[in-house]
Amino acid sequence: MSSGELQGLYQQVIMDHARERHGFGLSAGAAAESHQLNPTCGDEITLQLHLDESGAISTLAWEGHGCAISQSSASLLSDLAAGLSVDGLSERIDAFRVAMRSKGTIEPDEELLGDAVVLGGTSRYIARVKCAMLAWVAAESAIDALHRP
Amino acid sequence: MTTTTSPTSTPAPTPAPRVVPPTPSSAGSAPGFASPLTETEIAVLRRDFGILGSQVNGHPLVYLDSGATSQKPLSVLDAERAYYLTENAAVHRGAHTLAAEATERFENARETVARFVGAQPDEVVWTSNATEGINLVAYALSNASLGRGGPAAEALRIGPGDEIVVTEMEHHANLIPWQELAARTGATLKYIPIDDDGTLRLEVTAQVIGPRTRVLAFTHVSNVLGVINPVAELVALARAVGALVLLDACQSAPHLTLDVAALDVDFAVFSGHKMLAPTGIGVLYGRRELLNAMPPFLTGGSMITTVTMEKAEFLPAPQRFEAGTQKVSQAIALAAAVDYLTAVGVDRIAAHEAELGQRLVSGLRAIPGVKVLGPGVGHERVGLASFDVPGIHSHDLGQFLDDRGIAVRVGHHCAQPLHRRFGVVSSTRASTYLYTTAGEVDEFLAATVDAIAFFGAHA
Repeated sequence: MSSGELQGLYQQVIMDHARERHGFGLSAGAAAESHQLNPTCGDEITLQLHLDESGAISTLAWEGHGCAISQSSASLLSDLAAGLSVDGLSERIDAFRVAMRSKGTIEPDEELLGDAVVLGGTSRYIARVKCAMLAWVAAESAIDALHRP
Repeated sequence: MTTTTSPTSTPAPTPAPRVVPPTPSSAGSAPGFASPLTETEIAVLRRDFGILGSQVNGHPLVYLDSGATSQKPLSVLDAERAYYLTENAAVHRGAHTLAAEATERFENARETVARFVGAQPDEVVWTSNATEGINLVAYALSNASLGRGGPAAEALRIGPGDEIVVTEMEHHANLIPWQELAARTGATLKYIPIDDDGTLRLEVTAQVIGPRTRVLAFTHVSNVLGVINPVAELVALARAVGALVLLDACQSAPHLTLDVAALDVDFAVFSGHKMLAPTGIGVLYGRRELLNAMPPFLTGGSMITTVTMEKAEFLPAPQRFEAGTQKVSQAIALAAAVDYLTAVGVDRIAAHEAELGQRLVSGLRAIPGVKVLGPGVGHERVGLASFDVPGIHSHDLGQFLDDRGIAVRVGHHCAQPLHRRFGVVSSTRASTYLYTTAGEVDEFLAATVDAIAFFGAHA
């Protein structure tokens, strides 16, 4: 990795989200919640899905700690999720995972993932994919919890 | 210049590293009193480690993760290859010439490693790694507690009301097997706390170790803090109450002169891969009478005397703990690693690393905002330092360093409770070995300053 690539991994958008985390802070009344842990570093996240009357996501809220990649990823996911249907969020989680597992061969789809495409560069660093995925795995697990009777 | 043995040559003693041993011999002197390796000596021995000449991300590799695993010299790699090329046979079960020779080489390796740590050969048990060694002892005690092992094992039984003591600085390998043993036997697990500077709180240790203590297990050197624990004081407290002592020597056997007999511990464990040898080989030292009283952990072939369909009788140690086909090439390679370390001089390696440890700590302390875990400048420590930079996650810092070809460990280093003790989730650790230069430490320190600027601008 050259220094240019390091700049690419830590793009300004990512650093901004890591500093000013959108959706940070849990609140009562969540439809579902999930706690996820990255055992290699001890980073963790608690993520909530709040739904409106139509069943769409009103707020994706979270709290946790971790590296710049994991924190910005959760923040970007919170922006992306607001207003989506639960199925719509699932579709985007799947697309994000495919891009993250691609080792840099798949450019994330901006139509689907919005600003979260800035995390695409992370997929070239296998050790960091777990960091980027942490919030998305938590969201997926929260959706599973919604679907459980 | 010496190169390496031809792999097709008959097995010969491992070639010595290209370092002239110091004269007069400093054998037997305490670590810290030997002269450190010179820059020239390090430059010469680095040629034995091909990987140190490689490039990572366009930069020369600066390998500062030897606390996790060391690099391997050619003589070690050649010893393993030569074994397979010229001697490979099943040990302790074949009657043909090759099998007899392989057995002899395997047992010679045991002797070499035993001598290295001040043990007798029959007190050295091959394990896969140090973690297995600790589990072996824990499960043997567990089996004794279930009534296995006959009268000899009765004194080893542990039950409700008994206590097992560890320290707050243990890595998971020397914590979880004891948590599990306590859960299986109904015993209580207690721990010796540490001070803010990362040293054991000896003033409260006498209260933690008491008449119900059956086992005291502690690390010789912390893999996070770099502190060297006072073995004699802890052993004396354990002896006073009749407790068994297990020393986790993972971070001492590769870096300091280790003499298990002089330290008077009952058990000690270490891993080959942290001391120039391959993965898959570790050592459990145990006092002969204890090993022979302990019921086996893994059972099967090569560890028995008489077997009927109903029951089996077991060989004495070490064979009773070496069920199944053994790690022959790895054991022989570990002996080659020991020969290499001995030729360089462990006391000189220790002196070199002590200097690097001080350089790391003083350099890190000079960087504003950096919080070094463990004792400060001047306090005895091995050649590693872990630290936290508030506002910058260790993964991000490690990524920045990797961009410059500098390999460090980031995360909790398999010591979560210790990190929790210092109020951090993870840290960055730079760890050195005999092949690490002062220049590499300086490069790491400079890159850390740059990383703080890179991330700090956004923090």
